[in-house]
Amino acid sequence: MSEHLLSVQDLHTSFFTDAGEVQAVNGVSFDLDPGQILGIVGESGSGKSVTAYSIMRILADTGRITGGRILYKGKDLAAYSEKEMRSFRGKCCSIIFQDPMTSLNPVFTIGNQLREAVLLHTDKRGREATDRVIELLELVGINEPEKRMKQYPFAHSGGMRQRVMIAMALACEPDILIADEPTTALDVTIQAQILELIQELQEKLGMAVILVTHDLGVIADMCDNVVVMYGGRICERGTAREIFYNPRHEYTKGLLRSIPGVNNMNKKLEPILGSPINMLNLPAGCAFCARCGAAMKICLNEVPEELAINDDHTAACWMNVRRMLEEGGAAV
Amino acid sequence: MSEALLEVKHLKQYFPIRGSFGKKLTLKAVDDVSFTVERGETLGLVGESGCGKTTVGRAILRLYEPTGGEVVFEGETVGKNNIAKMRRRMQMVFQDPYSSLDPRMTVEDIIGEPLDVHHLCANRKERRERVLELMATVGLNAEHARRYAHEFSGGQRQRIGIARALACEPSFIVCDEPVSALDVSIQAQVINMFEELQEKLGVAYLFIAHDLLVVRHISRRIAVMYLGRVVELADADELSDYPVHPYTQSLLSAVPIPDPDVTRARKRILLEGDVPSPLNLPTGCAFRTRCRYATEKCAEAYPDLEDRGGGHFVACWNK
Repeated sequence: MSEHLLSVQDLHTSFFTDAGEVQAVNGVSFDLDPGQILGIVGESGSGKSVTAYSIMRILADTGRITGGRILYKGKDLAAYSEKEMRSFRGKCCSIIFQDPMTSLNPVFTIGNQLREAVLLHTDKRGREATDRVIELLELVGINEPEKRMKQYPFAHSGGMRQRVMIAMALACEPDILIADEPTTALDVTIQAQILELIQELQEKLGMAVILVTHDLGVIADMCDNVVVMYGGRICERGTAREIFYNPRHEYTKGLLRSIPGVNNMNKKLEPILGSPINMLNLPAGCAFCARCGAAMKICLNEVPEELAINDDHTAACWMNVRRMLEEGGAAV
Repeated sequence: MSEALLEVKHLKQYFPIRGSFGKKLTLKAVDDVSFTVERGETLGLVGESGCGKTTVGRAILRLYEPTGGEVVFEGETVGKNNIAKMRRRMQMVFQDPYSSLDPRMTVEDIIGEPLDVHHLCANRKERRERVLELMATVGLNAEHARRYAHEFSGGQRQRIGIARALACEPSFIVCDEPVSALDVSIQAQVINMFEELQEKLGVAYLFIAHDLLVVRHISRRIAVMYLGRVVELADADELSDYPVHPYTQSLLSAVPIPDPDVTRARKRILLEGDVPSPLNLPTGCAFRTRCRYATEKCAEAYPDLEDRGGGHFVACWNK
């Protein structure tokens, strides 16, 4: 087996709250190769962000990885000490968060905060470090970097701050960039700028990107491969074209039918019925069964396994098993 | 049906701001906005944050005292004296279903409050019947009438907000980003409900949102705002397929479409820089600082919103 850059295997992450154990991530596996843009899509509470945080080991105090392995270049991250983890973050893998307004420290200048990342992870000092900061700001398309680095975050707009966050994440040229809803808080025209920037930098630096978002439009635009999550599990994965043009999980199908796109502009939307899943009270079977129009008896009781649809596509839905049996039966 | 239900004429809404050193500044949130809404139609209002779209909605309902201009609703000019009466026919649905419902009131009281305010029910029994009828209209379970808002999910709360807006049988509702706080899978439920209610009750909407695909889906006509002014207004399909104003063009090209082949075949028209501060607007056309076609003329005067044929209004010197 060839070694992947990052390999997440059967990851389980739980939060231990007063109300009980919340199994936020329930057996998630995926591989990431250099230069790939992987999209993780799902609605709030689907476990997409928690998966990203588990990789970085930056879960809240109540959260714990309860099972599975995360391999970075073949090495198990669980064996890393907190100190080793600290150098892993930033150097090997960095993250940008949703809200650029709150992820920068308001009482330090932009330059100061970027410099911190450079000093921590590289051996550049003094003038060299400052030059690197300027270089980074130029890289993310900020004009007049010498002037900008002396300013505080409040002097920058949302789009500018997200650029600074990206510059910070790229300070040590990580192999992996995790972008957790990087454009959700931004306006459309600014979103387009930031997405373009991430794409450009990805090509230039050759890093792998994990893009976590709820916006299927962003996924369609950016990603090579897509993982669809619901209720802490992966429902479906495949290339972007497979997911959008040949969805084989009822949740993905429902999601695509329920958003206004190009083809259903003058037609009624077909909503997914019911409300999002209560993570405290997961069903025994498929997490989506309560809202699924095609649910069968087996869906309520047994969790469907991921089944290969073709080389580029797997889905965890009993409908596919049924279809296979029916087709197989017809052939016999 | 060409009779205008609502006419907004040269609406202006300025806010006084105290700047540094007590300097008095004026924030021109809405500057000379005019449009009409016909009976039973949906006018979409889109724009980026800070462009004044929410302020337009609120100013129509006189939640602010407008600085200038006029709002004519059902043939009557909306003023200080008749607004209380007018609000029976104009209502609003707010963006955030979490903060727009009183946490200490039951659903029955929330939905019933407009009925009390406008004295629409003779007694408690009648009121209760009407509330239950409204709850059924928006797809809420009658058993939940005695519950409090916190017991409901986001989508259900938005339904409560809509039932409250419908309570006094308005002919016009301002919907201020009514689905943007909801999960993707819930948005479609609420959008469909808006459409069904319109078919059934003939109510007109001013649908304010930043999500262009949602607005295009629900609206018959769309107005695009940039820094306090309407820059383009046209039929929804016309605007989406043949945008004329350079801002609309780049806005549309920036919307990610959930279809890999379509969205990747497109060329994004990237805008340089950020939206200028509304406290310090550029002279002339506010968009000229980011516009590819800007000329000297754009700096001199603001272009008027002119009909380019077929009800396609554009405010641009170069088009």
